[in-house]
Amino acid sequence: MKACYIHSAVSISAQNTFETDLNLSESNPITSKKANANHPQYKTYIAPGALRRMATGVKMGVTAGKKALEKANITNPDAILTGTGMGCIEDTENFLNALIANDEAYLTPTSFIQSTHNTVGAQIALALQCNAYNNTYVHGALSFESALLDGQLLIKNDDSRSVLVGGIDELGKEFIDYTLLVEDKKHGVQVPFSEGASFFVLSSEKQEKAIQLNDIKTFSNITEQEVPTVLNEFLAENNYKPKDIDAVICGNNGSVYDSYYSKARAIFPITTSQLHYKHLFGEYFTASAMALYLGVYILKNQQIYDTLIIGDNSKNSIKTILLYNQFNGRDHSFILLSL
Amino acid sequence: MGIISAIGNSVCENLEALLASKSGISSLSSLQTHHANSIKVGEVNLTNTQLSDVLNLPKNNAFTRTALLGLHAAKQALLNANITDVNAYKTGFISSTSVGGMDKTEMHIKEYCSNKEAQKYINSHHAGDSTQKMADAIGITGFVTTISTACSSAANAIMLGARLIKAGTLDRVIVGGVDPLSKFTINGFKTLMILSDSNCRPFDANRTGLNLGEAAAYLVLESQEIVDKENKKVLGYLAGYGNANDAFHQTASSQNGEGAYLAMQDALKKGHLVPSDISYINAHGTATANNDITESIAIRRVFGNTVPDFSSTKAFTGHTLAAAGAIEAVYAVLALQENVIFPNLNFKTPIATTHLHPVTTVKRKEIHNVLSNSFGFGGNCSTLIFSK
Amino acid sequence: MSNLIQELKENIIELLNLEEFSVEDINDDDALFGDGLGLDSIDALELMVMLDKDYGIKLTDPKEGKEIFQSIAVLADYIEKNRAK
Repeated sequence: MKACYIHSAVSISAQNTFETDLNLSESNPITSKKANANHPQYKTYIAPGALRRMATGVKMGVTAGKKALEKANITNPDAILTGTGMGCIEDTENFLNALIANDEAYLTPTSFIQSTHNTVGAQIALALQCNAYNNTYVHGALSFESALLDGQLLIKNDDSRSVLVGGIDELGKEFIDYTLLVEDKKHGVQVPFSEGASFFVLSSEKQEKAIQLNDIKTFSNITEQEVPTVLNEFLAENNYKPKDIDAVICGNNGSVYDSYYSKARAIFPITTSQLHYKHLFGEYFTASAMALYLGVYILKNQQIYDTLIIGDNSKNSIKTILLYNQFNGRDHSFILLSL
Repeated sequence: MGIISAIGNSVCENLEALLASKSGISSLSSLQTHHANSIKVGEVNLTNTQLSDVLNLPKNNAFTRTALLGLHAAKQALLNANITDVNAYKTGFISSTSVGGMDKTEMHIKEYCSNKEAQKYINSHHAGDSTQKMADAIGITGFVTTISTACSSAANAIMLGARLIKAGTLDRVIVGGVDPLSKFTINGFKTLMILSDSNCRPFDANRTGLNLGEAAAYLVLESQEIVDKENKKVLGYLAGYGNANDAFHQTASSQNGEGAYLAMQDALKKGHLVPSDISYINAHGTATANNDITESIAIRRVFGNTVPDFSSTKAFTGHTLAAAGAIEAVYAVLALQENVIFPNLNFKTPIATTHLHPVTTVKRKEIHNVLSNSFGFGGNCSTLIFSK
Repeated sequence: MSNLIQELKENIIELLNLEEFSVEDINDDDALFGDGLGLDSIDALELMVMLDKDYGIKLTDPKEGKEIFQSIAVLADYIEKNRAK
């Protein structure tokens, strides 16, 4: 079994992450209930003929995907894997609303075609003329993790050399308001709902200062009480102890389910840096891809912005990072990264 | 394995219908749409209430039709595989769907603000919801995920399951897919002008488009270790799998069927098989003008002048979208078990340029390897090979 | 006729999101598909719906569209002769 490395990480998010890599020294305050991404000029990255049909998520995904490949000097990856929780919700809303408004008359195909969940993966393949393995995962808060797990499997077990993996979710215009409507005001998600696309090139090739994706493990359901056991087991399977972990990045979103993160954090000594990010990047099904982007950035640059830190930052050197995410107490994922 | 489709609510019923050449295609009755008189569909003959009762779900459940059909088939699969303790081994669940909770969304979206009762379906819209509900109902808490690559979805779910067992990540995994009929997909395919107003005719020169269908099917994949340890009866082996992207167009296939060709080649290679090892091809064969010609060309490219017996079973079930790969995986295993090739209904005239004649009546012969194709929008092409 | 041509150009640009084109960029005889405007089979389906919705012309076979959608001039001519509204 081979090792799996991360050669590039690119993110479009509510903050300044795309044009010049991460810059949180002047972070965009996100205070409303919905926070749009800080969108780049998509014309620079996508041909007009293709761009004219693309909704926000497809634009974000294709652009972030292309840039991740460029940064890793890959023209044709051995696989294209995407994860998206809500899929192409903008075009889904468009087609459904046209269907309802015109009572099934005068419907046109474009928004229907673009509403399928695999649109981003397909459009990247089309742009690259890439015939390789192509798959799309759509499992709520584990959508991106499932794609990442597939990518890791391809590198470690199936002879792939480079794999493009990304997570994409767009806010859309209507459905998000229904989501907010049923969200428990007091105990539910307190950070804004947002959108973004984060893409990575996984590789079997060990470069200088290579960042390794050691392992990823997901659980559909675990109880709060089981978190420490499950986490300790995951670390042990990778020959780590809690004291070996330099930083933990958790997906706290202000809901009552943050208690799961408290249980996880409690197994680490005070020397382990505790980080969060959803107060800056918002919540969405593939927000955890954003956390992976942050993890890669921190390992590469050995720099942690204060705004990400809970409590004090005690570490000077960050070599190993654990990511933990869950949504409403289910769909748990643990990801281990090291330098 | 477990299945529910227009030709039956169990594996047995599906086999009986296939052997009797009895199609499940009919006029639409379960949905209100202006297109009801201009299309034919493959409907499952149980209502949501009936499914809910059979599954012993509480009256106020928030199961979409997707989750109901899926759970019906998944429970059968567990029973059929003699699994009593689902957590006796490292067990995963991989489902697939293209519409997710759309059947409820399209019914209630404009009343979500006013109708409290309907609000329970808001969080059922996303594609992972039906999978979560099924996994919870059968007690799987570990690895659970959902794939959506349009009409090749279930084939990719089966493929991932096999790879996870091969890698040792899982010992056992329940894999498959589900899609109910919905106004959303009926209207979507209608705009593409590929819905036939009569029973579909796969691979016929005068084919007039596809019939949509609804269905769910799941298969239990187990490691050799479990089989040995428990002395289990093996229904078949997944010998090879291939996944390629056509990279040609968002909906249409390339003229030389490149993606389909690559998927079939890859599956043969991974299975250490040569074209002459294939006894039967269960084709994607949707009966659209575009699919059937490009799939025929791709089959010719792989098999040359000695194309094995082949048929599309879409004229029985309709095109069941994300579920199709699992439905046809069940049929592939049945073909291996029964040594039979299921007929391609409604075929009369071969396509002029490729001259391919599918098998049109039930044909008995020794079957060793079945190749099953599933192709989808976005150029997603997948091939599975099942062996004795 | 010239009003119809102007109307068609405006509607097609909006309908198909041809942001990089203005009405002046499209000549009456430019090919709509392939090298000209670069439209494809999905656009043809969009245009068929436009014919139905705006001019009451119902086409049922995408192949018919090929003849009619050669250029703006050909399309306008066809609409003049067949329009029901």
